[in-house]
Amino acid sequence: MSKLNRRKFLSLTGGALATTLLGFPMLSMASKKRVVIVGGGIGGATAAKYLRMMDSSINVTLIEPNSNYFTCFMSNEVLGGGRNLDSLKFNYAGLKKHGVEVVHDLVTGIDPVAKKVSIKSGKSMPYDACIVSPGVDFIWEAIEGHSAAVAETVPHAWKAGAQTATLKKQIMGMRDGGTLVIVSPPNPFRCPPGPYERASQIAWYLKNNKPKSKIIILDNKPAFSKMGLFTAGWEKYYGYNSANSMIEWVSGDAGGTVASLDAKNMTVATDVADFKADVLNIIPAQKAGKIAFTAGLVNESGWCPVNQRTFESSKHKDIYVIGDSSVASPLPKSGYSANSEAKVCAAAIAASLNGKESPEPSLVNTCYSIIMPDDAISVAMVYRMGPDGKIIKVAGSGGLTPADASEEMRKREVGYAHSWFNNITDDVFG
Amino acid sequence: MLQKKIIESCLLLVLSMASGAAIAATPGASMLANTCAGCHGTNGVSSGPAAPTIAGFSNDYFIGVMQQFKNAEIPSTIMTRIAKGYTDEEIKLMAKHFSEMEFKRKPQQFDAKKAAFGKRLHNKYCEKCHENGGRKSEDDAGILAGQWAPYLNNAMNDYTSGDREMHKKMKKKVDALQKDHGDAGLDALINFYASQK
Repeated sequence: MSKLNRRKFLSLTGGALATTLLGFPMLSMASKKRVVIVGGGIGGATAAKYLRMMDSSINVTLIEPNSNYFTCFMSNEVLGGGRNLDSLKFNYAGLKKHGVEVVHDLVTGIDPVAKKVSIKSGKSMPYDACIVSPGVDFIWEAIEGHSAAVAETVPHAWKAGAQTATLKKQIMGMRDGGTLVIVSPPNPFRCPPGPYERASQIAWYLKNNKPKSKIIILDNKPAFSKMGLFTAGWEKYYGYNSANSMIEWVSGDAGGTVASLDAKNMTVATDVADFKADVLNIIPAQKAGKIAFTAGLVNESGWCPVNQRTFESSKHKDIYVIGDSSVASPLPKSGYSANSEAKVCAAAIAASLNGKESPEPSLVNTCYSIIMPDDAISVAMVYRMGPDGKIIKVAGSGGLTPADASEEMRKREVGYAHSWFNNITDDVFG
Repeated sequence: MLQKKIIESCLLLVLSMASGAAIAATPGASMLANTCAGCHGTNGVSSGPAAPTIAGFSNDYFIGVMQQFKNAEIPSTIMTRIAKGYTDEEIKLMAKHFSEMEFKRKPQQFDAKKAAFGKRLHNKYCEKCHENGGRKSEDDAGILAGQWAPYLNNAMNDYTSGDREMHKKMKKKVDALQKDHGDAGLDALINFYASQK
């Protein structure tokens, strides 16, 4: 080999490789199954890791434009002052250790016939199965005067990161005695208890730093997630229902539906009144992530219908939709749901690629809301397949923190909420 | 006689088919176990600070605790609500799955002086059932060494307050430990388990 230089050696082995490919085309084509995953949030990253854990012979490529992911869950604790934004920041090094190929690029289209995903840099990536997990997109036009550009200064903070930092800065800069208005989105939306946990967390900060201030929640809904537990907590800590209440909630029936925004004057208008704010946090109405529309995966609801046993799209074969974008009801649009759906979907794909039937699904959702540093509440549910191929709640399981839970148990829920965060993020990215 | 037997077995077959159609299929062990990972960590190894690691427990211990949660016989925040979602058969599958997983210990804070004292207390009061310094899970004994301290603290508070029933042998030992060394003794014990790597 001493007389063989590097170039010659490469050309020889390259030639040998080409002969192999030509000689056994069927073998080389069939040797590796390819799964391409669009979106590196909770759903996409979980699916990538678990697919590799379930069958390490599957080639898994995850395409995600950002090199870091900030979790939405626990971002309200950043606003309340109990946590740094950096503690929500995760990267994809853990997935690479599981053998996932991570490509930082933007998916521009999915061809369900040629079974190829195209990305912004021009490449196209063939797949045997494609998982789409793009999270939510915002319906800006639902409020007149609102837009993506306006949201730079009137933050939604419903995708964590820079938006969380902007809202946090505005809250820190607000005068004592100021009014902070939260506009809560119409159903269905990501993280149903989120707006009300946010109000609780901001109230905790204001109570300790700017006690003359007020939070107004404008809502189009007549009721909301964990409502009884939240309002009881607000009564206990923030004077809710008293003359000096720090939090005021305006329901849809009471005129809470916001029609328009005057960003310059920091004012939102409902059908009955105008509300002027010192800090304005509009959480817009939501729909499936953009790529779901581009790829033709949505129905008239703006979300993606799926076979709830496998999460395969009802629109296109071999494309699967998980997480917030999918219609997984009765599961809520939550991080834990996305994590649970991803595992069911990964198991179905691993089975299908090995010529087996999809396994019987089992799913869980757990979700914590922290009202103040020593008091948290939770909701949980176990799900399985019903007789008509739809996901159902397991009768007798799940539900809310009991209304009569002791202070000690409520304090324990804070510890378990923080454990939830540490474990789910490790389960997704570790 | 033979004819009767054939008819009987046919009837049985029809009956079992009918009930099989009415009752949905049971998910497999890993499918069920995957639903736990969001709170208890991948493969049941928790990153803490409070949710316990559930890998490596004996079948008996896992089934016992899940059944007690299911029947609300031990205090819980969320676990009674979760445990009610699984059949006895499903709990058995999960128990076997997690019993085959390795209990991995992640570093946590402890007081070295308390831990040294706790080691002596463990040897005197606990080692007989929680063998090998609390590393072994056999019969109805759970793993203590390297378990998350806030969880052990919660569990021990439930035991000593009477909210969670101790079986006779354990009660005798815990009572003796408390009588001899008070709450400081229990605290030392938990520091010892937290110190185990």
